[in-house]
Amino acid sequence: MNAGEPYSAYGPLRRKEDARFLRGRGTFVDDVQMPGMLHGAILRSPFAHARIVSVDPAAAQAHPKVRAVITGADLAGRGLAWMPTLSGDVQAVLATDKVRFQGQEVAFVVAEDRYSARDALELINVEYEPLPVVADARLALDRAAPVIRDDVPGRADNHIFDWAAGDAAATDAAFAAADVVVAQDMLYPRAHPAPLETCGAVADADEVTGKLTIWSTSQAPHAHRTLYSLFLGVPEHKIRVVSPDIGGGFGNKAPVYPGYVCAIVGSQLTGRPVKWVEDRSENLMSTAFARDYHMHGEIAAAADGTILALRVRVLADHGAFNGAAQPTKFPAGFFGLCTGSYDLRAAHCQVTGVYTNKAPGGVAYSCSFRVTEAVYLVERMVDLLAAELGADPAELRMKNLLRPEQFPHTTPTGWEYDSGDYATTLRLALDTAGYPQLRREQAQRRARGELMGIGISFFTEAVGAGPRKHMDILGLGMADGADLRVHPTGKAVLAVSCQSQGQGHETTFAQIVAQELGISPDDVEVVHGDTDRTPFGLGTYGSRSTPVSGAAAAMAARKVRERARIVAAAMLEAAAGDLEWVPGRWQVRGDPGQGKTLAEIAMAAHSSLDLPEGVAGHLDADTVYNPPNLTYPYGAYICVVDVDPGTGEVKVRRFVAVDDCGVRINPMIVAGQIHRGLADGLGMALMQAIAFDADGNCLGGSFMDYLLPTAVECPSWELRETVTPCPHHPIGAKGVGESATVGSPAAVVNAVMDALAPCGVKHADMPLTPANVWSAIQGVPLRTDLAFT
Amino acid sequence: MQVPAQVEYERAASVEHALALLARYGPEARVLAGGHSLIPMMKLRLAQPETLIDINGLSELSYLLLDAGELRIGALTRHAELLGSPEAGQHFAILHDAERVIADPIVRNWGTIGGSLCQADPSEDLSAAFAALKAIMVICHPGGSRTVTAREFHTGPYETVVAPGELLTEIRIPVRPGGGSAYEKVGRRVGDWPVGAAGAALWLDDGLIADAGIGLTAVGARHFAAPEAEEFLRGAAASEENFAAAGQIAARHCSPSSDQRGPAAYKKHLAAELTVRALRRAAGRARGG
Amino acid sequence: MQITVTVNGAPVTREVEPRLLLIHFLRDDLGLTGSHWGCDTSNCGACVVWLDEIPVKSCTVLAAMADGHRVRTVEGMAARGSLDPVQQGFAQCHGLQCGFCTPGMMLTARWLLDHNPDPSPQQIREALSGQVCRCTGYENIVRSVLWAARHEKAGRDGGAAEGAG
Repeated sequence: MNAGEPYSAYGPLRRKEDARFLRGRGTFVDDVQMPGMLHGAILRSPFAHARIVSVDPAAAQAHPKVRAVITGADLAGRGLAWMPTLSGDVQAVLATDKVRFQGQEVAFVVAEDRYSARDALELINVEYEPLPVVADARLALDRAAPVIRDDVPGRADNHIFDWAAGDAAATDAAFAAADVVVAQDMLYPRAHPAPLETCGAVADADEVTGKLTIWSTSQAPHAHRTLYSLFLGVPEHKIRVVSPDIGGGFGNKAPVYPGYVCAIVGSQLTGRPVKWVEDRSENLMSTAFARDYHMHGEIAAAADGTILALRVRVLADHGAFNGAAQPTKFPAGFFGLCTGSYDLRAAHCQVTGVYTNKAPGGVAYSCSFRVTEAVYLVERMVDLLAAELGADPAELRMKNLLRPEQFPHTTPTGWEYDSGDYATTLRLALDTAGYPQLRREQAQRRARGELMGIGISFFTEAVGAGPRKHMDILGLGMADGADLRVHPTGKAVLAVSCQSQGQGHETTFAQIVAQELGISPDDVEVVHGDTDRTPFGLGTYGSRSTPVSGAAAAMAARKVRERARIVAAAMLEAAAGDLEWVPGRWQVRGDPGQGKTLAEIAMAAHSSLDLPEGVAGHLDADTVYNPPNLTYPYGAYICVVDVDPGTGEVKVRRFVAVDDCGVRINPMIVAGQIHRGLADGLGMALMQAIAFDADGNCLGGSFMDYLLPTAVECPSWELRETVTPCPHHPIGAKGVGESATVGSPAAVVNAVMDALAPCGVKHADMPLTPANVWSAIQGVPLRTDLAFT
Repeated sequence: MQVPAQVEYERAASVEHALALLARYGPEARVLAGGHSLIPMMKLRLAQPETLIDINGLSELSYLLLDAGELRIGALTRHAELLGSPEAGQHFAILHDAERVIADPIVRNWGTIGGSLCQADPSEDLSAAFAALKAIMVICHPGGSRTVTAREFHTGPYETVVAPGELLTEIRIPVRPGGGSAYEKVGRRVGDWPVGAAGAALWLDDGLIADAGIGLTAVGARHFAAPEAEEFLRGAAASEENFAAAGQIAARHCSPSSDQRGPAAYKKHLAAELTVRALRRAAGRARGG
Repeated sequence: MQITVTVNGAPVTREVEPRLLLIHFLRDDLGLTGSHWGCDTSNCGACVVWLDEIPVKSCTVLAAMADGHRVRTVEGMAARGSLDPVQQGFAQCHGLQCGFCTPGMMLTARWLLDHNPDPSPQQIREALSGQVCRCTGYENIVRSVLWAARHEKAGRDGGAAEGAG
């Protein structure tokens, strides 16, 4: 580093973790091999709703390679047939009385190898008595609907909760006074995060030591450890959860799944390690899905385009058990962010949750706890309003966006946005896209009968959950910790409670510490994912790693720096207050030759130096960070599409994304996160959805049916940024992992609807497959949550 | 990942050996070529053969050549080889159009033409392409061989006329003057099975259509063909108006089913729309465009 | 049955069931866990390896079919400790995040560059269209392959390689 050059460890540093992945030396759960390890497989229900008449495991138990067969009755005998969900409901581990969704777990086989385990499944005899099915969420509350959760005494319907936010009276008044009101039903279909690695675990219940070790695909290893302890009755200090390398999480790997519990019980029964890794159909049919919000939006405006108010009613399909993973006090997550990025006078939103005969879940897939649904709703409503007014959608947004002087801004639903310069970001997006030229091109193409569309999405999202007072999951506060140790030779080890599934924490967290301590990121090792080696925290989802764990890391490093000051003062025989920090070194103010590097200070701390008050024999520090608020990254996205009117095929020609996530630790990694979310949005807008037929058969149970975008559908993403630091975060960063998934679907859908405007199409639901687009052009868009007829 | 049930395995050293093994193991034996139709079915346990007869070593079935006025394609030819063959592309552009949109490049490396045809999926693109070209299939049995037309070859979903103990060995397409062909497919995403697809082959003589072949897949067209539309076009001018009419006739005679790729009404529309587009491009190529 | 497969240049002989899939043979029997699997229907491409110098989906090939043939996995990409230019490109251009799809992507990229040393971005996207990535949105994968192509061209042209090693 040259003298006078400002030190920065931030920047596009190449990733430390790449070394092992490039060589195929990652350790994913299915890579874990242990001596004597057995393999588990789950028998699943073919029916969406059926009484279990009998389960006969005898033939499977007789298979020469089978070591155990566990049924619901076996688990019930141990008090383990039902387990708590992250929403305070219960979920069957293995079904006892009924099966309640197609794919639900019924029995667990443990065998010498995975092929034998699969063979043995066919030898388990289950007799079912099919029952009527609730496959259409809109019929779940009908009086005639079968009651799904009759496991709960006294339950007489499929209603889970009602939740509301905002001021209904003020909203009604605003609507009454409005010149223009636009209403629209819209579905955010059931989607699935589908990380490339499926979920799995290797459980090792050591009979001799009493220690239970679980390698699993867990985004929240500490929370899982506590849950296992409470549920299984194993003392928590005897449980170790290890999340090794994880092949993508995206919220799919936040919950505890029945397969993990079965693997543990299997290990306890056999005395050997048991590996269970699900196949793809199990992943799609039974693990945490995302979205499935049936929404009705209304937007009220003055004739001049001033948006006055928003009203939203939502029917939320939670599946057969309420397993949604969000802070306890927010059953609809942060859906209250549906007021968007606009200066509204009033808003009111209401969500009703219902059970259906489908897999449990709801909160997953980079949703920031339902902000994906909220942003989609408001950005579609703004476009529908623009169409109604004959206004340009960019100008309408520009007119109504919150202004910088309005921050911090409390929305009509009670959220305090931290900082933002929205207009600048939108303007940059419009300039980058060449918006006026695009509109001119569109006019020319329309004159030739071609369908070209331009769609805008401006989003604000809320991440970094969250302040303990308001945010907990099952009573565990959403604070996170960091432990920073500095070895005598000045190298550092940072142990954090968050858990990488590909986000590059080993690099970015090293950069945070390096930045605070003025050392090289190469001199900082990041440890994560092992509950024996890391401090407690609620894990990685909701883009909370940088806002919470990142803050904890920075605060811990600052404590280390202050301890170093005290030791340096002793070394230099100066007063601590007379020292100044230049990156990597404490030196005497006015006499820079008199100074000590962090490495020298670290060695001295461990030596026989007489240490003053405030420092023990080391520089180490730990901290728990309780965030004072969420952080609010935002962005402006513009999508350009071309639609073939003869077939309904949509081609995404361009996608411009301008993101503001505050201070960027590693812009290369930030860009990678955004690229992914944009692909998510394109996928959900055009091809990804899980539908069900009237019998509750899952129609998206494989990658032949649940389609994911490839490199061919994705354009070359065009990224720009603005930087508006977060005022309350120690390093001004906001987090970015889910932003693009939040903001992009509306941009694509708005673009397609814009393309179809000359055909008289107002709205069609995702996914906008060729069949759906063509049907919309004919006047009848498809209902995408049910089987097509 | 799902895994197959127990199965026996034999490797054939020659076509005769393969036929002998098929005879020995009977109807519960299945031929294993690229395996990219059969092995996925076995993993899902939708197919549970007792014995697999691996014919990947039969290099004598892997060829692509022009011989005596015919393009002859060995059944073991990989999709990627057909896509990369200049002879095939030059004479029957429809084959390259179709191969480009079949599965994905990696699957095409190993899956074979014969394997796909014998799988006889009702959405198989090659079935429609060969139907449009009015290809001839050569089927070997211990006594010798027989030929059937591409249309006769398919008798229903996942059913062909290849009997137990027989082996598809070759596909032949006569090269005729004045020909042009094309394939049009709509899928929800690259590599998806078609929502609907149409292939057309036209042979023009002095601006009139001397002969037409129209193949359809995924839309419930019998034998993957549209003979009524072909009949309409024979002797007619290669005009937009006639193409549109042919498309309507083809659509009228197919019976697609609704599924998550699309409702039947949409697939019927595609049958017409894609027939028109395929005819248009085939005519352009026939004229030398 | 007994099979002998040459894996990353070295012959291995094992006793296997005929139904054993090649991906499981590599991962479970040989401990080469660099190749992954991610679906049941031959769609995702996490399992791509080379079979006789051609990329195939090893979840859709029986180990028995590889008897007497050659297989190359990601573990065989680096030569004598130094990374293949494709691997270097992925490191330089952030072409991987979770790393699960990466081995398959790199092996297909290597094959593409061996046959088309100067591919366009569109050609790269088409070559990779049978393989899914959930983390990168594909942008940086394409850039990684372009980097490798440029780097190899520079090497062939005798010029200084950018960022080598």
